[in-house]
Amino acid sequence: MTILFYIAAIIAIISTIMVITRTNVIHALLYMVVSLLATAVMFFLIGAPFIAALEIMIYAGAITVLFVFVVMMLNLGEEAVKQEKQWLSFSGWIFPAFLSLILLLEVIFIISSSGSVPISGKVIDPKLVGQSLFTTYLIGVELSAILLLAGIIGAYHLARRKKKVVHRFLELEGAEE
Amino acid sequence: MYDFLWLVPTLPFLGFLILALFGKKLGKTLSAFVGVGSIGISALITILIGIRFLSSPPEGDAFVQTLWTWIAVDRFNVNIALHLDALSLVFTFVITFVGFWIHLYSVEYMADDESFSRFFAYMNLFVGAMLLLVLGDNLLLLYLGWEGVGLCSYLLIGFWYKDSANGYAARKAFIVTRVGDAAMAIGLFLLFYSFGTLNIQEILTQAPQTWSVGNNLAVIATLLLLGGAVGKSAQLPLQVWLPDAMAGPTPTSALIHAATMVTAGVYLIARMHGIYELAPVSMFVVAIVGAATLLIAGFAGLTQVDIKRVLAYSTISQIGYMFLALGVGAWSAAIFHFMIHAFFKALLFLGAGAIILAQHHEQNMFKMGGLAKALPVTFWTFLIGSGSLAALPLVTAGFYSKDAIIWFAWSAEGGNIYLWAAAVFGAFITGFYTFRMVFVTFFGQQKIDVSHFPKWTIHVPLIVLAFFALFGGFIELPGTMGHFTLFSDFLKSALPAMEEVAHENVSLEYFSQILTAVLALVSVYLAYVLYLKKPQIVTNFTDTGFGKGLQQFFLSGLGFDWLYERLFIRPYVWIARTNKRDFIDLFYVFLPWMSRQFHYAFSYTQSGKVRRYILGIALGAVVSITIVVIL
Amino acid sequence: MSSISLNTGLVIASILFFLGFLGVMIRRNILFMLISVEIMLNAAGLAFIFAGASHNAPDGQVMFIFILTMAAAEVAVGLALLIQVYQKFKTLDSDAASNMRG
Repeated sequence: MTILFYIAAIIAIISTIMVITRTNVIHALLYMVVSLLATAVMFFLIGAPFIAALEIMIYAGAITVLFVFVVMMLNLGEEAVKQEKQWLSFSGWIFPAFLSLILLLEVIFIISSSGSVPISGKVIDPKLVGQSLFTTYLIGVELSAILLLAGIIGAYHLARRKKKVVHRFLELEGAEE
Repeated sequence: MYDFLWLVPTLPFLGFLILALFGKKLGKTLSAFVGVGSIGISALITILIGIRFLSSPPEGDAFVQTLWTWIAVDRFNVNIALHLDALSLVFTFVITFVGFWIHLYSVEYMADDESFSRFFAYMNLFVGAMLLLVLGDNLLLLYLGWEGVGLCSYLLIGFWYKDSANGYAARKAFIVTRVGDAAMAIGLFLLFYSFGTLNIQEILTQAPQTWSVGNNLAVIATLLLLGGAVGKSAQLPLQVWLPDAMAGPTPTSALIHAATMVTAGVYLIARMHGIYELAPVSMFVVAIVGAATLLIAGFAGLTQVDIKRVLAYSTISQIGYMFLALGVGAWSAAIFHFMIHAFFKALLFLGAGAIILAQHHEQNMFKMGGLAKALPVTFWTFLIGSGSLAALPLVTAGFYSKDAIIWFAWSAEGGNIYLWAAAVFGAFITGFYTFRMVFVTFFGQQKIDVSHFPKWTIHVPLIVLAFFALFGGFIELPGTMGHFTLFSDFLKSALPAMEEVAHENVSLEYFSQILTAVLALVSVYLAYVLYLKKPQIVTNFTDTGFGKGLQQFFLSGLGFDWLYERLFIRPYVWIARTNKRDFIDLFYVFLPWMSRQFHYAFSYTQSGKVRRYILGIALGAVVSITIVVIL
Repeated sequence: MSSISLNTGLVIASILFFLGFLGVMIRRNILFMLISVEIMLNAAGLAFIFAGASHNAPDGQVMFIFILTMAAAEVAVGLALLIQVYQKFKTLDSDAASNMRG
């Protein structure tokens, strides 16, 4: 189990590195699916099978598919890949990488300076999760609902194609119907 | 009747408000009605109150009308309250009564002026502020009126603001009086510090208990108040603004010189007599200031060619007499001279205004002449006023009032023979320059044709004021001539009497009076000889180098302007020039400069590039987490 | 089994988080930036799950569900914005939309 866990962790890290270094969006998305699946394995191993399922369904499924749809809609070609290569220059990423490394080391230092608790891997029943969602965290659930509603409306409004109004003398771009 | 007291200062203020807000719409006739009417009703109420005061004096010889509380902070309580006693009644009477005739006269004098209603608005405000000054029961209200008077003098001197010289004169008057006002303000602080109140009556009752005679604090406070008084009353060393104040319309000069403004200093010292009596040094200084001023202004008056400037110097000189009287402790004599002076000086200014109006606004009297026939009413009233100013014996009011001062300058407690000699000599000079003016203006050849013949609105004020300038003196006769003391008896309730001390040496008093009378007549004769009979004597004298220099020296007001220019104005201008980029200001310039630099620095970070912002977040996180780790 | 500790999990989560953070910083393409943000959110969720598991409590999983909800909403709005940006500037370069700089 432990070995499985570490293998999954290493796969997750490697595939994440691949995600952020790809020039082709589709490749990056596929690596992200791998990373998410590895994460799902970790969830499963430390006793959260319900979350592992959610991870696969929503992250690896719905969200990634949404990305793919958008990529298809934008219809990016070879040009975009070339552009990405040009943007991903050494001088561009070395300083941010340095900063991230420092931050990571500091956070690891902080984590390791506190005492560790072993993780038993005991499965937590989805029923328990549901119970606490609808008792202790009821307000949070309701707020999430509102957030999702806002997200739907916002996404609909923002992504709508503006109708082009052609006047006799001037073109008004983005005029409402 | 007393309950209507609040109307006396309120009506002029109301008139001012109406004229200031609706003056343009009212038109000249209505403006004149409002402007003159408000003062007229005020004067009427004052006279009615005065009659009541004489017939049945209020309790304690003073009536206090508290209108409302102005400021109440901890121990500092100031009411808007009017205090009417004999002293303020005299002042109120003179201000409203003389002020009314001046207003009536102005209707004709200013008839052709485009800013007719503005003029009356200022005049009303002027009278209102002065009434507040004399009726206020505390020093703060007095100070409010005091500053209001200063403001109005500024507005009226610079009334014809299109000529920049008038604006200059107005600013000069304002700034010079401000010097005195600053001293007075400090004096008020000192009084509040000592007594914890600004109520005049409370200060006067507390003062003898708090301060012994000659107390240092008393001397300093009275000297500071004197500073304010010399500024307003144009006494040495702050007399320089008054001659230039002639830039305003002539009725304004009449109002400033007779009824309001310059007499404020006299009022202040008379009002605060209780603390001046505790400071003999200050009293002596007041007397010296008065004596010196009356001589200096007299000398300056000798050579003036502008008819209004002659009158201006004569005012300074006459106020000097009042200060002299105050200084030697002859309170009622000073107030008596104030009242008589108000009558004849208003008369003289109004007469001079009529002459100027008749001579195409020419003010140089050597270009006039022979007006006696053309303007008979003006001539006779002007002659009466001049006689009163020159103190021609027996027939004029000015003789009685001035004689009292001259006599007291010697005989009173604080008087001595030198002050007396100065006063007598000043009287001689006064007679000389006054009649020089009369002879040059009204006799000899007529040089300019008369352009304006005065109507009743000018004649009536002149005649009324001439009546008072002649007969006003009979309410107070000296000890040698019946000892009739109606006026000083009346004032006794407000000002300490000192008649008893003065009337011991009758033969000396006779000597003083006869000398004064003879000198007045001699001075008139001398003026007659030098300026009408044999003018070549004067021209011969002024042709010599010494004579010319002396004439220039006197003409410039004994060089005070010259002295102040070098002593104060030039160094001040120099400092202002060298410190143009105010070095203290540098610090305050540095602050906005620094914040602007920060602004530029931070606006540079607002590049609009999201990655930069994220980089910023990362840097911030590194710094803050590093702090956490290290600590 | 027992060698999986909370600290190990947190370290893994923070490695993933900072990889995502690095991605946001080095990529100019808005699409990649969004993907990286997803990685960061996922890493945060991972940390919650580890913390919850170490306490044997369901709260960590509840938090993950909230994060999931938020991520979904964020992706929806973010992709809608991305489409708008692309229509406006004909590029996905995040620096192109820098006209509103102060």
